[in-house]
Amino acid sequence: MSWAKIGAGCVLAWLATDAAMASATLQQSFLQPMGPVAAEQFTHLLRVVGITMVVILPVLVGVPFILWRYRYARPRGDYTPQWEFSKPLEYALWGVPVLVVIVLASWLWYSTQKLDPYKPVGPESLRVQAIGLDWKWVFIYPEEGIATVDELAVPVGRPVEITLTTDTVMQSLLIAPLTGQIYAMPGMTTKLNFSATRPGEAEGENTQFNGSGFGRQKFTVRALAPADYASWVARGRSGLVLDENSYAMLRRQTVLADARGDLGLDKRAEPIVMTLGQRDIFRQIVAKYHQPGGASAGGRWGGTGLPQTGTTGASE
Amino acid sequence: MSESNLYPGLNLGDTHGEAHDQAETTVFGFWVFLMSDLIIFGILFAAYAAYLNPMGLAGGPGPNDLFDIKSVAIQTAFLLVGGVAYAGVSLGVKYKKGRAKLVAWLFLCAMLGTGFLFFEVKDFLSQASEGGTPQASGWLSAYWALVGLHGVHVFSGIMWILAMIGQIATRGIDDVVKVRLSMLGVFWHFLDLIWVGIFSFVFLVPLA
Amino acid sequence: MSGGTSPIFGNLDWNVTPYTDLLRDVNSSTIVGAGAASVLVLGGIATLLLFSWMRWWGPLYRNWLTSPDAKKIGIMYIALALVMLARGIIEGFVMRAHQATALGTLAQPEGGLVAPDHFAQLFSTHGTIMIFFVAMPLLIGLINFVLPQQLGARDMAFPVLNQVSLGLTAAGAGLIMISLLVGQFGTGGWTMYPPYTGKIFSPGEGVDYWLWAILISGMGSTLTGMNFAVTIFKERAPGMHFMRMPLFCWTSLCVAIMLIYAMPALTVSSAMLALDRYADFHFFTNDAGGNMMNYANIFWMFGHPEVYILILPAFGVFSEISSTFSGKRLYGYTSLVIASMSIAVISFTVWLHHFFTMGQSAGVNIAFGIATMIIGIPTGVKIYDWMATMWRGRVRITTPIVYLTGFFLLFVIGGLSGIILANPSIDYQVHNSTFLVAHFHNVIIPGVLYGMLAGIHYWFPKAFGFRLSETWGRRTAYLFVGGFVFTFMPLYVLGLMGMPRRSPTFQNPDFMPWMYIAAFGGVLMLCALASLTWTFWTSYRNRAALAVPGGDPWNGSTLEWSTPAPVPEWTFPCIPQVTARNEWGERKRAGDPWQAPAEYTDIEMPANTAHGLLIAIAAFALGFAMVWHIWWLAILSLLAIPGMVALRGMRVIEPTIIPAAEVEQADRRFRQQIASLTPVTRADEETERNRGVPDISEFAG
Repeated sequence: MSWAKIGAGCVLAWLATDAAMASATLQQSFLQPMGPVAAEQFTHLLRVVGITMVVILPVLVGVPFILWRYRYARPRGDYTPQWEFSKPLEYALWGVPVLVVIVLASWLWYSTQKLDPYKPVGPESLRVQAIGLDWKWVFIYPEEGIATVDELAVPVGRPVEITLTTDTVMQSLLIAPLTGQIYAMPGMTTKLNFSATRPGEAEGENTQFNGSGFGRQKFTVRALAPADYASWVARGRSGLVLDENSYAMLRRQTVLADARGDLGLDKRAEPIVMTLGQRDIFRQIVAKYHQPGGASAGGRWGGTGLPQTGTTGASE
Repeated sequence: MSESNLYPGLNLGDTHGEAHDQAETTVFGFWVFLMSDLIIFGILFAAYAAYLNPMGLAGGPGPNDLFDIKSVAIQTAFLLVGGVAYAGVSLGVKYKKGRAKLVAWLFLCAMLGTGFLFFEVKDFLSQASEGGTPQASGWLSAYWALVGLHGVHVFSGIMWILAMIGQIATRGIDDVVKVRLSMLGVFWHFLDLIWVGIFSFVFLVPLA
Repeated sequence: MSGGTSPIFGNLDWNVTPYTDLLRDVNSSTIVGAGAASVLVLGGIATLLLFSWMRWWGPLYRNWLTSPDAKKIGIMYIALALVMLARGIIEGFVMRAHQATALGTLAQPEGGLVAPDHFAQLFSTHGTIMIFFVAMPLLIGLINFVLPQQLGARDMAFPVLNQVSLGLTAAGAGLIMISLLVGQFGTGGWTMYPPYTGKIFSPGEGVDYWLWAILISGMGSTLTGMNFAVTIFKERAPGMHFMRMPLFCWTSLCVAIMLIYAMPALTVSSAMLALDRYADFHFFTNDAGGNMMNYANIFWMFGHPEVYILILPAFGVFSEISSTFSGKRLYGYTSLVIASMSIAVISFTVWLHHFFTMGQSAGVNIAFGIATMIIGIPTGVKIYDWMATMWRGRVRITTPIVYLTGFFLLFVIGGLSGIILANPSIDYQVHNSTFLVAHFHNVIIPGVLYGMLAGIHYWFPKAFGFRLSETWGRRTAYLFVGGFVFTFMPLYVLGLMGMPRRSPTFQNPDFMPWMYIAAFGGVLMLCALASLTWTFWTSYRNRAALAVPGGDPWNGSTLEWSTPAPVPEWTFPCIPQVTARNEWGERKRAGDPWQAPAEYTDIEMPANTAHGLLIAIAAFALGFAMVWHIWWLAILSLLAIPGMVALRGMRVIEPTIIPAAEVEQADRRFRQQIASLTPVTRADEETERNRGVPDISEFAG
């Protein structure tokens, strides 16, 4: 068993280094973890592969062997055409998978409890709120009074708790090197808890298909040393303000570069950092979906209907 | 062989020979089909329960605003008496009571079913006029879908009864018609069963 | 979509074809779209011409479309599935080709072979077609063909209903096909998760095409399940106790039960979504109390049993072929029965593992994660049982065994990735990634596709009287194995590297080498498809040399091998009396298995009828009318269906009687032919000497 585990580990480790060597781009995989959650997920992956090999290797080895040994053309060994039952063999066939599943299930229980995304990974988490839009993410830092579009900066060493919702269809937020994904749904909130243990940049993404801009709904995640994080926050407290007007432009079905155009910025795929207009924007966005009556396009914060289309004007 | 050839519902019995044998397979098949149908209702019941909360009600009118339990009781009476009346059909077939009696019992069932539908549609209309349309909230969508689907079943049951009256008139009470009347019986009682669930879980539980 | 709804044509106008898009803007995406439509149109015209030229319309109508014979219905299901398979594989290739050219940047508009929206339609139709219109018709067709013959029955319990089921499936497939030419398909994937597929975010006909194809064909599948169940419970030959049924019958029973209980969930979730879209209900909308989480739950209450609906018939096939081609009894019959039934039952308790990431508590995820792992136990036992069947056997490496080998070696890898995904903590990382895509292709292709193709190879002689070319059969099998490995192993890697599924573009250049490998795999898959077509064609041309009129080309042990090939319409001249589990094998052991029945009687067969065909046409019209809001046609066809049923009910329908003399004559001819043919040993099984009469002294299992 252990050598199987080592083998599987080698393959995955090779993949990890392969991806790491060619790191011209942002890290996008949990095979190069930047924090304890993703690291534990990687370890658990190796563990599961290793344990499962107990039931898989006999097939991978046994089938070619049986085909070779008992092939009609040049058979070796006995021919027992009427043999159809063996009690010891039955015990083995059922028993080994049962034991393996018991071991796997125990580890499953342990790791699922341990990596529950709702469970804070430490005291005094940094609170961030994420709103999924078509096709970008708005991150709100209520304590710092700033908001960003498609950029998430977190201080290294401090636990982070993201609370998610969307203001459009269902999405799923994944920052692979730091933590797993969770769905974000309108009118509801979900949570991700994680922390970064080393500085670096990673790519976050939406993994739930939500229209033609889906492939470009990526965002930059920066794990910054505490001092760098403070200066990043300070730099953000200027310029654009996230209020109903700017939010209406962001809510359009656009990718980041086009959204920048709508806001009067140059059309590069660079994140936008804004000052927070009101502290409880997130709460108001969630509450929109609990007003009586059906879809409306005219309510506060853009209502709940289809966002107003931009100048590009997807013709109906 | 008849002992082993029992099927759900009132069995025609040995005296019916071929029809009894055919019924074994066909009525069993129809029973299986109804089990599938039951899953549909089961999921709609579950959906109704899932939407019966402040979020599902979404500020729209709720059970206390819309349900008229007296009318529901009248509907229940119509439907259940209709179920009892079908016994007249089943026994009439089994003991070969002749065309006229069968048609009369079938007609009575159809009338009772129509009475049920009359009060149900009346309720739907008055609920809609009070703002209780299926477009008003998730809970109302679930309510209309579940109770409405049952209503559609009752309507198809009535159509089926009329079709059987037509078949009795054109082809007489042959083996095929006997088998179909057995299936119709299972269907008609199935509607009662569903209604008992609707009466209890859709109407009584939220009002309690 | 411009302008209002016309009372006559609904939302249809001249702007709905891909040719309009091509005229508006010529690029690779619109060319691919128009090309696909042209293949449909030209293929349709070519078929029309061919049938007219060959004067096949009469025979097609009389012998096939109006036939209630389960064997012919089965063959038609499989033919439908193979046509749809061709489209599905080509779409898969286009997607591979697109992603191999789709590397972009965040700032620039998406590039690549097709536009993002077109790509989304491709993955949506590909998934829908492969699950509902390839895998389902393949297995339903195979069960239709084989089940009655193995049970010793003449037909299904409800032959005309069977015809209606086929008609409804074909109507659904027709809707998917017509969407190539008329309008667009939905972009929400094969699961069509709202609210993205709600009216607000997906206006237009696309999602509606999916809804009506699913609702109509789903109804057909439910009725099929019921038909299978009643057939197995009520139509077994005398003496065919449950524990004497061949394993394929057992897995068919599991499938039947799962169809009966799982399909309604799909019907409900689709009907609710349709109510949302057509009547402004609020089941799954974002606001007014709608909640898409209910869709996910109801859909997967169907969706997970569906996975085992797909795989279990293949498990049945593997049970039959591992025994036959090893010249050995099936090891662990009882174990396999228990395992199949356990899978069928447990499959209803694991649906939540499709959305571990929806935000429920860890406790719920743990429960469903463990349930998911438990279902791996009976699956593993089955694989070991087949290995034990081949152990100490004399294994002939025929095409079905090549598929079985491919299945063994690849399916366990799919099982491994399944166990990985069953861990919620890892699923949080690889859910919605190409790892998941690789996983389900890894179970469905080696499981379902290989199993069904193995089954087709195995039973083909029974249907048409000649074997398929072993050489080309094996080449096809190797290509499907190679194609799978090259296409999907890279997707595992890409998924671990963080690539989401359904990506119309991506920005990571490290993905590219893997994309090229996968695209090469796509080419191999195309070759496999061509090779499969060629296998049928070349075997047809050599049908005289490959003919096996003796009807038992593989020295089988189950009842279906006791009849001639092709099997006559009435299957058995007289219903067999079963005394043992491997009835045909036991008769071989007793010597002279081909004894004529003592007496022949008239055989009653259900009369041919156009009932199923007419209902199929009405169902197609209903679906098409609803998609395009042509209300008059919708109402008309909706009324037509119960109307036709009621009219048929009024009439007294006499069965067709095949006189005893005719049966006797045909059967005597068959017995004489058996006596005149030279028995063949297994060593000569693949040669032209194999006329379907095995050397029974060699039978040992």
